[in-house]
This record gives sequence, C-alpha cells and structure tokens, in this order.
Amino acid sequence: MSALTHTEPRGTRAWLLSDHPTSRRQARLGQSYRTWLALRGNWLAMVGLAIVLALVLVAIFAPWLAPYNPILGQDLNTARLLPPLSPGHLLGTDDLARDILSRLIYGTRLTLMVVALVAVIATPIGLLVGTTAGYFGGWVDTVLMRFTDVVLAFPRLILALAFVAALGPGIENAIIAIAITSWPPYARLARAETLTIRDSDFIAATRLQGASSVRIIWKHVVPLCMSSVIVRVTLDMAGIILTAAGLGFLGLGAQPPQPEWGAMIAGGRRFLIDQWWVATMPGIAIFIVSLGFNLLGDGLRDVLDPKGRK
Amino acid sequence: MTASTHLRGRRGALWLGKFARLLLTVAVTFFGLLLVTFLIGRIVPVDPVLAVVGDRAPKSVYDRVYLELGLDKPLWEQFWMYLQKVFTGDFGTSFLSKRPIVDDIARVFPATLELATVGIIIGTLVGVPAGIWAAVRQGKWPDQLVRVLGLVGYSAPIFWLGLVGLLVFYAKLHWVAGPGRIDIAFEYSFTPKTGLVLWDTAMQGQWAAFANAFSHIILPGSLLGYFSMAYISRMTRSFMLAELAQEYVTTARDKGVPEWRIVWVHALRNAAVPLVTVIALSYAGLLEGSVLTETVFAWPGLGQYLTNSLQNADMNAVLGGTLVIGSIFVGLNLLSDLLYNVLDPRVRRRA
Amino acid sequence: MSLLSVENLRVTYPTRQGPSEVVRGVSFNLGRERLGIVGESGSGKSQTGRAILGLTPAPGLATADRLEFDGIDLRQADARQWRSLRGRRMSMVMQDPKFSLNPVMPVGKQLMETLRTHGAPRSEAKNRALEMLEAVQIRDPERVFRAYPHELSGGMGQRAMIAMMLVSAPDLLIADEPTSALDVTIQIEVLRILDKLVSERGMGLIFISHDLRLVSSFCDRVLVMYAGQVVEELQASDLHNARHPYTQGLLNCLPKIDGDQRPLPTLNRDEAWTK
Repeated sequence: MSALTHTEPRGTRAWLLSDHPTSRRQARLGQSYRTWLALRGNWLAMVGLAIVLALVLVAIFAPWLAPYNPILGQDLNTARLLPPLSPGHLLGTDDLARDILSRLIYGTRLTLMVVALVAVIATPIGLLVGTTAGYFGGWVDTVLMRFTDVVLAFPRLILALAFVAALGPGIENAIIAIAITSWPPYARLARAETLTIRDSDFIAATRLQGASSVRIIWKHVVPLCMSSVIVRVTLDMAGIILTAAGLGFLGLGAQPPQPEWGAMIAGGRRFLIDQWWVATMPGIAIFIVSLGFNLLGDGLRDVLDPKGRK
Repeated sequence: MTASTHLRGRRGALWLGKFARLLLTVAVTFFGLLLVTFLIGRIVPVDPVLAVVGDRAPKSVYDRVYLELGLDKPLWEQFWMYLQKVFTGDFGTSFLSKRPIVDDIARVFPATLELATVGIIIGTLVGVPAGIWAAVRQGKWPDQLVRVLGLVGYSAPIFWLGLVGLLVFYAKLHWVAGPGRIDIAFEYSFTPKTGLVLWDTAMQGQWAAFANAFSHIILPGSLLGYFSMAYISRMTRSFMLAELAQEYVTTARDKGVPEWRIVWVHALRNAAVPLVTVIALSYAGLLEGSVLTETVFAWPGLGQYLTNSLQNADMNAVLGGTLVIGSIFVGLNLLSDLLYNVLDPRVRRRA
Repeated sequence: MSLLSVENLRVTYPTRQGPSEVVRGVSFNLGRERLGIVGESGSGKSQTGRAILGLTPAPGLATADRLEFDGIDLRQADARQWRSLRGRRMSMVMQDPKFSLNPVMPVGKQLMETLRTHGAPRSEAKNRALEMLEAVQIRDPERVFRAYPHELSGGMGQRAMIAMMLVSAPDLLIADEPTSALDVTIQIEVLRILDKLVSERGMGLIFISHDLRLVSSFCDRVLVMYAGQVVEELQASDLHNARHPYTQGLLNCLPKIDGDQRPLPTLNRDEAWTK
C-alpha cells in the first residue's frame, strides 16, 4: 500500500513518536519516550537521576571503589579520628580508625537494600488491598479502607518504632516495620484508580465472558493501577531512606558495625564538637541521596501529572 | 417565614448527621488504634510477667502475676480488659520509672507541645508567605528558591541537621543555648504551672529565665519549623496557583482591585480552607519529628520518653506513648475537618 | 468622538510551535451604543474583550495600532491607571456567576469592594450597593447583600454580577456571554435588565455572544468574527443582507418555525476566509 508508506518517516525516534502506533508495544514505548523527553528538559530532575544512578553504580562496585575495609579499622594508635583530607583518608576516619569514605561507599548497599525491599513488600500489599477494596466495594471496601485509615492515623516513624520495639532491633525488622507503615497511601491510590476502571465497558465485557473476579483484578485492574502506584513509590523513596536512617540513628535499625549511615551519625555524635566530620559526613551522604530521589520524583510528578503540567 | 425556619431546621439536622458520622469515624479509628497497639504489645518477645516481677521471683509469685495480668484468658478477653483499662485512664505502670504511664506522659507532654507549637508557628509564618510568593512569581527565581528550599527540607535528616545546628550555632558561634529546655541556674526561678516553660516564665515575669528558655527552644523550634515550612509552602503554592486561575480573580481585576488585595484577600481566603488541614496535619507531623529532634536536643518530652522506653524495652510506656500520639493525630484530623466546615461557607450552609 | 476605538488589535500566545495569533487585526469604533460581537468558540471574541480591558491572561500578548478609550491611550497605561479605569469607567460581566463571584465572600461585600476600591466611604458604598441590587430587580436586596454566592440561583447571581459591574456607573460595559449559563426563561429577564440599565445610563456596551439571533435583537450593530478576524460588520436591522458566506451560513442554521428544513443545514468553512 503506497498510501501508508509515504507518510511514515524512518528511524527509531520517528517510530517512537509516531501518531499512529501499530502495536500496543509501540504505543507504550512511545509514551515512555515522550515522558523521557519531557523529563530530560527538567535539569533538576536530571541531576536527581544522575544521583540515583550514581548510587546504584557505587553500590554495585563498592568493593572496587572503597579504598579500605568498611568494618575492620586501621591501626588504633595512629589512624584514629583522622580529619578529612588526611593522606589516604579523603573523608577522615572514625573512632575505630575506619575509613569514613569506605564505610559510606558500602553504606550505599544498605540504603539501596532498604529502599528496594520496602518497595517490594509495600507495593503489592497496597495494590492488593486497594484494588480489592475498590473492585468489590460495599462492606469489603469499608472494612479495608477503615483499616487503612487506622494505619494511616499513626505517625509513620512512631508506628515503625513500636514495631521494631516489638520485633527487636535490626535492619531486617526495620525494613519490615517501614514496609508495614508505608503501604496505606498506595492502597488509597490503587483504590481510587480501581474505582475509575471498575465501571468501564471493557471490564464489563470481560466479566460477561465469565472471567473470575480474581482474574479481572489481577489481569486488568492491577496493571492499570501499576504505573501511578510506582510513581508514588518513587516519590516516597526519600522518605523511606530518612525513616531508615532515623531508626538507625536511634539504634533500632542496622546494628554496629554495619556501615549504615544513620547509625554512623549516632556513633559520631560523641565526637561532634571536636571531630565534627565523623557525624557530618554520613549526614551529607543521606542528604544527597534523598535529595536525588526527591528531585527525580518531583520531575516525574511534573511530567506525569497532566494537571500540574502548566 | 415558616419556610425559612423549616429550612434552618433541616440544615441543623444535616449538620447533626454529619457530625455524628464524623464522630463514628473517629471512634472506629480510635478503636483500631487500640487494637493495633494491643497486638503490638502481644507480639513482643518480652515476657510481660517478668517485666513486672523481675527474673528472680519465685514460681508462685510468677504464677500469681500471670493470672492477675489475665494472660491465661483468650486474646479477645485480654483485649477487652485492655480497653477497660485504657478508658479508665490506666495504661499500666512504667517498668523504668515505676510510676503510672499516664503520670509520666502528663509530665513530659508539655515540653513536646511547647516545642511543636513554636515549630508550627515558625513554619506557618514563613511557609505561607513563601508559598504565596512562589505562586505569584510562578516560574521565576522566587518560585525556584522556595522549591529548592522545600526540597532540601524534605531531603535532610532532621537529627543530622539538629547536630549540625548545635555544632555551628551553639558550640562554635555561641548564638543559642545548648541541649535541654532551660539552664539549671534558672530552673528554680519560677514555679512550673502549665509545664510550658515559655508561658510560665512570662506569666511570672521572670524575663531572664524566659530569655534563657527562648534561647534553648529557638534552635530545635526553627528546625521543626523549617520542616513544616517545606510542606506548608509547597501546598500553599499549589492552592494559590489553583485559586489565582479562577474566574473570580479575573472579576476582581475587572473591578480594578489592586493586585495585593487579589492575592492576600480574594485568593488567600479561598486557599485558606484547605490550608487549615495542611497546617493541622503538619502540626501533628511535628510530634512525630519530635522523636528524633528531642533525642538530639536532650529535650525532656514525649519523644525522648518514647525512645528511652524503647531502648529499655519498657513496652507499657512505648504503647502508652504511641497511643497518645496516635490519638493526637486523630484529634487534629477531626479538628481540621471541623474547621474546614467553619471556614468554607459552601460546606457550612449545605452540610 | 467615539468612546472606544480599536485599530488592528492582535493577541498572540507563545506555543511550542511558535507564536499563535488568536486575534488577528480587529478594528472597530464604539460610541454610546450597543455593539454585538458574534462568533463560534475559538473565534477570538472573548480574547478581544479581555484585551480591551488589558486583561489578556499570561503568557498572551496584546498589541494594537490604536487602543483609545475616551481619549486615553490604553497602550500607554500603567498598572495604576488601568486600576483606576477598570471597575470605575469600564467593566466586564462574565459568563457564569458560579465561577465569577468569589465563593467565600458575601455578595454585598463584593459589591462594595468595587466602590471602596475607587475611594467611596463605607456607608455610602453600602447604600449604593443596596440601591444597585434593587435596580437589577432583586426583591430582597438586604438578604442578597448578606448571602454567599452559592446561596443564589444562577439568575440571581448574574443580576448580582451585573449590579457589581454597574454600581460605579462605568462608561463602557463588556458583557461576555452574560446569559449563556442561564435558563432560557431567566435569560430574557436578565437581558431586559441589562438593556434597561444600559440605555438609561447611556453607556457603551460590547455584547459578546455565539447567539446571532440574540445579538441582532439586542444590539444596534453586529461584528461577525471568524478565526480571529472580523469578517463582516452589519447594522442589526440589515442582518438579512449579510454578504459574507460565514454570516449567511450562521443565519441559515437558525431554526425557523415555518418551513421544514431537511436536511439540516450545516456550516461549510472555507480556508480562504482566514486569509
């Protein structure tokens, strides 16, 4: 058909930006590409993305990047509490003569682990509760949403504190506690999305074909809610990092000698006045990483929220 | 005449119905709070009997306390007992201080309240104008500035900022007083009545003590204020942008109303309706932020009490404190709902 | 001398594809008469009204070779001068009172604001506001004065809006679809009030509407706009002599009581009209 070929420009870019996608995959990829183009124009978001990518890379290559062992210290007589820019110790050493830079580098692994695990645990819970409540409505909705509101009514850190107190300190329990306190907003969001999808014709059609509720929720409702929930989770990443650091600071998260940034700040507190760097450096690391997630999330929200676009 | 009174009567009924629904929601949420704290208390690996009698008590004492605590009864019955206790104001005894939890909390709460109040005042006084400024200069440098300041507030760990603040303003510059609420020298120069040091000293005319207390509270207060400012300014900005795009703003311009009046009277009055909720919620959020801030500043408030109890596995105290903070959250939510109704004439009259 | 003269008015908005002109060289003169501007949505008629009041919404930009109101060059006016003109000497009634009145301010306060802004003392402002509410045939002015906008019906709201815009006796009133959001029965009433006040006070009126028949029965003169340009200017009584195909098309589309119109006539647009 010559009528079709003359309007179709060549190239990947043109294929992605085509106004007439020929497949679902093309449409979806094109949408992502447009989002990416809009995001690329926001330099703050790009800074955020760079920070997040750097975090991932540092975590992967930590053993090669770190000049020293993060757990075992150097000579306690000569290498204790060295100031930043000392020979061989760019950011100085702590009271156990451990290289702070190396500990920060290994700490990226803990931070990433917390963020990833919380997302992996909390997102499915939120999706499950929200879509179920939204799809079935009625008393199921009332009960589930009341329960969600109860969990929301607790201040997040306090509830996490209470859970960790009950489960015992440690990074695994901190992750579980944070996950338990993070899902309610996702559930609310998923419910709201489900309500708009539930009554659409294609769901009715699927139901008429005899699909079970479980199948409809899993195959049709969940995928449609997914994208907005994922954006919301990205926006929450910085909060998760800060909560984990707060628990670490209170001695309820990662336990020594793990190089967790919040616990490192708590460890450096004793030397605050004379050896300020011990407590300050990990704080800067937390700040940069959570700023990165915030900048990226902020940019994503601007791009993806059509109401806020102007 | 009769028609209008009839109408007013119906409005009253709608109001009542709405209020009842609101109260029911609060009751259910509160019940949930109790259930959650109760369940957390039951999954603790700490043996509640040992916590009471100590681990060297003879078997007979242990068994007696075991029965007294009702631990042989089914879970729902234990919950029922817990409910009865909570409603009579009995949260149990603190393992650490050997005093009723309620007394402990009553003693430490004013410190937290004072700190959070200073924080929310600073946050509102700075955050609302900053948000308005950003909205009016949308896309210009003030907007960017407010946005970046807000993002920094969202991103910095509060306990770390507190430490850095202490290092810079207390240890190096000597601008403010250090940890604690007041210097020991002033501690007995006034009679604590409300437990709010600023209030007590001011009422009793102890201005030197007041100045000292102020110098203690200003750093943690500004810190909490900064965090609430980040949230308040962002929300103010988006509410104001939404209002400034409304048609009544154009009408006001058509009338020749000056721009400052359009922003501060017309738009802000409309934006104030949702803003009240935002401020109430950040006030509640400051109570949460206080857990970390109080630890850093050795502030003898609820947050520090909670962390101390946590570190000593004093479960009764932890749950009591959690319950109190949770109830304040619920209470402030209810309050903001009610204020919403008062502020918005559309909801006020229509119910 | 005419009250308002507009020459080559242009309003442009920057877009990603470059500047887009929504008003493209509109010129007309207005005395103390009733001028109608008709056109479909997007024809630039509302933008023309906004531009005359200097209220082109950002990031739009209005330019003109001449924009004079009662001898004042509006192109040179600063913010202060604009404020002293708006509300006092020229004002605008908008489409829907639901959105154009401030929802959290009592109607009376909004009326008084017009006068207070231009320096009237409080008690005088209140009296004049109440008088004005009476003039727009509101039976219980005291009640409406105290009421919030959502407590008024659409027709009442629009009367309050008209009162608010006429209370300081301006010389020029721009009415942008003032009755489109109202029920048909109330439309006529509101129009009658507007008509009476305009002719009593001898002010200039620009009546913007998409309703050709309404405009022609209500105005002395009609401008027909299409795609940002004036395609035809007519005396209202001469409507049947319209020469431009767009106007003729509009006229043909009006339903007639006598005579069967099948198939229903449609408007045929011609690219050449926009040139």
